[in-house]
Parts: sequence; structure tokens; C-alpha cells
Amino acid sequence: MLAGITLLLCYQLAGEVLVVALGLPLPGPVLGMLLLLATLVLRASTAATVEAPAEGLLGHLSLLFVPAGVGVMVHGQRLGGEWLPIVVALVVSTLLTLLAVAWTMRAMVRLLRIEEEDSATR
Amino acid sequence: MPLGDLGQVWVYLSASPLLWLSVTLVAYLLAFTLYHKAGDNPLLNPVAVAVALLITILVATGTPYATYFEGAQFVHFLLGPATVALAVPLYRQLGRLRRLWLPVAVAVVVGVGVAALSAITIAAVLGGSEETMLSLAPKSVTAPVAMGIAEKIGGLPSLTAVLVVATGILGAITGTRLLGWCGVHDDAIRGIAMGVASHGIGTARAFQVSPTMGAFSGLGMALSAFATALLVPWLVRLVGLGG
Repeated sequence: MLAGITLLLCYQLAGEVLVVALGLPLPGPVLGMLLLLATLVLRASTAATVEAPAEGLLGHLSLLFVPAGVGVMVHGQRLGGEWLPIVVALVVSTLLTLLAVAWTMRAMVRLLRIEEEDSATR
Repeated sequence: MPLGDLGQVWVYLSASPLLWLSVTLVAYLLAFTLYHKAGDNPLLNPVAVAVALLITILVATGTPYATYFEGAQFVHFLLGPATVALAVPLYRQLGRLRRLWLPVAVAVVVGVGVAALSAITIAAVLGGSEETMLSLAPKSVTAPVAMGIAEKIGGLPSLTAVLVVATGILGAITGTRLLGWCGVHDDAIRGIAMGVASHGIGTARAFQVSPTMGAFSGLGMALSAFATALLVPWLVRLVGLGG
């Protein structure tokens, strides 16, 4: 478990350092994720090390957003003055994005005639 | 114990990160238990319930957000390693991803464009300020990434963090049902849509529906973090906002 946690943190650190050193337009943790994915592809045995802490973190992923969400109390004034554009933009944009992604991907799958798996079996 | 001693305990505790860290975890566990008892009803989203509970407590005790965050930052910090950890479910879905990479890539780019431009346009039409529009633009990606982009384009990172959480909650509440009503039943497609539209909170919801949907949602979230970091600053300039 300790080795896995250390590995996750080191990959994040490597991602952050590379982003700054190379001036990449990417967030450090995202690059860290890609580096870890590359490592897993090249060395499948790494999976056994990171599996447990990864599952622990991802199992309650939504907990990690709670502190940022509580920040809403700091923005009371702006939200009071601009609640209409903010609420409508959030709701409509989120629904539109969900549909745009799903319909685009389905159209592409059909266009390219990729065999669709029965998702219910998995 | 006399009341004065209790006051002293409060003074001691409220100055240490332990109190608000514990309260955050307890509030989330309560919210999660409630969600579970209600048969995983997406309307009782655990993030929304925990946030409401915590704000009630903070307001009732007159605690400023900065004090709260001194404790809660330890939870917030884990967003980074959790993003790295997404490599694990992705790795497990690599076989399916190899066949689907082109549809996924196109859908992610379309989704990132729709998410940013629709939010900016709607806010503009309804009279939102430029700062608000710029804070809305990266709202569909995971918090650390969105805050970095907001800072770069001239939005308010702390406002973006709130909008990111609200977007995630909205996507988690509506996503699977909306897509079902619209005839999308494939778990890979629904997962990508959840991840692109509502990042980690949508992904948490997707993992509860099925491991496949969760893995694809994690993939959608990761890819849209890339695409947003690359495209949104450019899109924002294209529509004539920011510096």
C-alpha cells in the first residue's frame, strides 16, 4: 500500500515538474496519469502495486470535491447578483455537453461500423 | 464540564486542522449513507448534501471558509493523486479503447467545445460579467485543471472551483437518466459523456452504475482535461474574451 501511494505521488510530482520544465499547456496530474498509463502498458506488474491505493482514491472520488464545493459560501455576493446567467449556463451547458458527446460518439461508432458490445453484459 | 471549559476546547479545536478535516469526512459519510439508503438516488448526490451540511455548520459557528479550508485542504490535495490513479481503470479498458479511440477522440473534442462555448454564450445573453464567463469556460473539467485554466484566461479560480463542483453534481444527477431517455444505452458511450460533461463527480456516479461506465468516464474526464487545457484558452480568444 505504501509503495503504491508513493508511486502515485511520484508520478504526480514527475508530471508537475515536466509541465513546468517543458512549458507544456497541461496540468501536472494529467501528465502524471499518462506517464503511469505508459508504465502500466510497458510493465504490467506495476498494476499490482498501484491497484489498492488507486481503488481507494477512486472509490470515493466525489469526497475530494467537497472542500472546493463549500467555497460557494465565499461567492455569495456574485452568485446573488448573477444567479440567473450562472444557473442557466450551468444547467443548459451540462445537458447539451452530455448529449453532444453521446450523439457524436454514437454517430462515429456507426459511421466506422465498429461492432457494439452488449453493454448490459459487462 | 462547565461551559467556560467547553469554550476553551472550542478555541483550541477551531484553530487546528483536525476539527474541519474530521467534520468534512463525517459530513460526507452521513451524506453517502443517506444516498445509499435512498437506493443510490442521484437526486441525493452525496457532494451536494455534504456541501449543504458543511455550509450550515460553518455559518452556524461563524467559521470563515479560510479556517475551514486549513483542515479540508488535506482532502482537496488528494484530487491530484486521484487524477494520476485514473491510469489504473484506463489500463484495464485499453482493449476496448483501442477499437474506439477515434470515436472517443472526436466526441471529446466536440464535447469540450460545446461545454465552453455554450456556457459562455448563455452567460453573455443573460448579462453575465466577463469574469463570470471566463470562470465558467473550463467548468466541465476536474477542479485542479479548471482552476489552472481559469487563472490563465482571466477568470476567478475560486469561483471556477465552485462552478466545477456544481457542474459535476448536475451531470451526476441528470446524466445517466437523460442519456437513457435519449436512447443512449451503451455504457462506454454514456461513460465518455459523463466524464467529459461532469469530470470526477460524474465519474464517481458512473462507477456506481457499472465498472465499464466508470472506466470510460475516467477516460473522458482525463482526455477532456487535456483537450480543455489546449482548446479553451484559444476558444476564449476566438470569441473575443480575456487578455
